[in-house]
Amino acid sequence: MVKSLTIIFLYLFIGDTISTLLNIPIPGNVIGMILLTISLKTNLIKLESVKPAADVLVKNMAFLFVPPGVGIMIYFDLIKKEFIPIVISYFFSTLAVLFIVGKVQQIMDKKNESNN
Amino acid sequence: MKAIIENPIFSVMITFLVFYLASKLYNKYRFILFNPVLISITSLILLLKLINLDYHTYFKGAKIISFFLGPSVVALGVPLYLQFEEIKKRGISIIISIIIGSIVGILSAALTAKLLGASKVVVASIAPKSVTTPIAMGISKKIGGIPSLTAAIVIATGVLGAVIGPAFLKLTGIKNKVAVGLAIGSASHGIGTARAFEEGELEGASSSLAICLNGIATAIFTPIIFYIIYKLL
Repeated sequence: MVKSLTIIFLYLFIGDTISTLLNIPIPGNVIGMILLTISLKTNLIKLESVKPAADVLVKNMAFLFVPPGVGIMIYFDLIKKEFIPIVISYFFSTLAVLFIVGKVQQIMDKKNESNN
Repeated sequence: MKAIIENPIFSVMITFLVFYLASKLYNKYRFILFNPVLISITSLILLLKLINLDYHTYFKGAKIISFFLGPSVVALGVPLYLQFEEIKKRGISIIISIIIGSIVGILSAALTAKLLGASKVVVASIAPKSVTTPIAMGISKKIGGIPSLTAAIVIATGVLGAVIGPAFLKLTGIKNKVAVGLAIGSASHGIGTARAFEEGELEGASSSLAICLNGIATAIFTPIIFYIIYKLL
């Protein structure tokens, strides 16, 4: 557990450092995720040495969003003022993305399979 | 009394306790509106109001919990690696569907909000709503939004995607596992991804990949689309 957490924080730190140094809008944790996948793929890191902590973190990720989620209470006044546009656009846009991405991917996948 | 509830340990304790109870409720009934994140956030807001504890004092303790979001995003590299071959087979199609999804997400959110009369600062705050919080906040700041309002909308979007995503996709006939994962990850980032893992490993891994690719695409396209909407239309 300690070993796998060490590896994960090491990749987070490397990702954050890259993000800061290059001054790009991609956060360090996303860069760390890409680097970890590449390192596993190239056998630089063994799956067994990172899996214990990774499993715990991935499995409980939803819980970690709760404290910042409670923060929505600070914006109640602003949200109340522009309630209709905010709620309708966020609802409609979320459904649109779900539908378009799912549909496009499913259609292209089917085409691929019939070509093979 | 004040000293007791202002103890950071109290914030951490109630967050754990509320989420534990919410998860028990969800596991018992499996009803979509009982999503543990949704129930926990609403219960905690009510609780804080009830005991008169302000959010900043609460967050002083509770941020210890969300601190682990950073490493947990890094940890998504593990399922991504495990499903790598399945995902690689669809390389190009994945990139195409995510780019289309990213553009649809920004455009639909910004245009709908603007047409319904939202102020420019709110439109800018809502445009990058589908991507993970740190990317969304960065984009929002760049185009003149309020980063912390963006964070609140991003979380709300994640909760919505996690609550209705899987059922909505079933209803529209989208069954392909990679398509389901990509759709949920593209629409609702990490909160959706946590839900996508309940559907299966491949769904979860595809969703993790979508967070990453959609984040990059949205960082590139939001300023362009925002410019077109406000300068050219």
